[in-house]
Amino acid sequence: MPVHALLLLSNALFCLGVFGMLTRRNAIGLLLALELILNAAALNFVLYSRVFGAVHAQAFALFIIALAACEAVVGLAIILSLSRSAKTILADDVNLLKG
Amino acid sequence: MSVIFGFFALLILVSACWVVTLRNLFRAALSLGLVLLGVAAVFILLEAEFLAFVQILVYVGAILTLVVFAIMLTAKLQPAPSIPAFRHQLPAAAASLGFFALLTSVTSSLPALAPAQELVTLASLGQQLVTTLVLPFEVISLIFVAAMVGAIVLAAPRATPPKR
Repeated sequence: MPVHALLLLSNALFCLGVFGMLTRRNAIGLLLALELILNAAALNFVLYSRVFGAVHAQAFALFIIALAACEAVVGLAIILSLSRSAKTILADDVNLLKG
Repeated sequence: MSVIFGFFALLILVSACWVVTLRNLFRAALSLGLVLLGVAAVFILLEAEFLAFVQILVYVGAILTLVVFAIMLTAKLQPAPSIPAFRHQLPAAAASLGFFALLTSVTSSLPALAPAQELVTLASLGQQLVTTLVLPFEVISLIFVAAMVGAIVLAAPRATPPKR
């Protein structure tokens, strides 16, 4: 089993996600990049659950997927209410907590 | 085995590049779907079939649908093509490449262990979730409720105060 190649793959996925977080101006694009980062973490958990035969690692990969669902729901709700009140979805243009 | 793994790794990397570089958000979301399916395939190669099914069901089925909904609902607010969709691309590329080099220098020194003989079975995973890991499991369900209520409160239109 290519352990090092898989580690390299999840590193690359994580760094692509970081690149997306740094460069995107659109808030939905930021959420997409965040999903890449979370997937890289889940991939590492599953890889090491296979290497050590550990049940806990798979359970935590499951928790990562569940938390990603929560994060997407709340993030998209924020973006929708932002598009309604501030008329923008560019993350740079948002500077009010309430308004 | 390694050929199949290489194919899926290439699929994941190419579509992840599309996710972060495509200007059209709808296409970026569809490429994210490709990444998620590729990761699910790698989960199957790592003999974590249940997680692969959860990944497809929750990520591709639910999260991606939600993202596509949000993109279509905010389509009118998409900035004009003259406005750049990205910023600080060169410094960001340098920073993430440096971070990649750092991560790789750490992970390449890890020993390449042989995989364990015994596989993680679905029965043992379910048993752990209701015995040892019951606290995180319940916390996750609490977070689910909080996220659901919060999303409804945030996204529902403001109720106008009653006129007197």
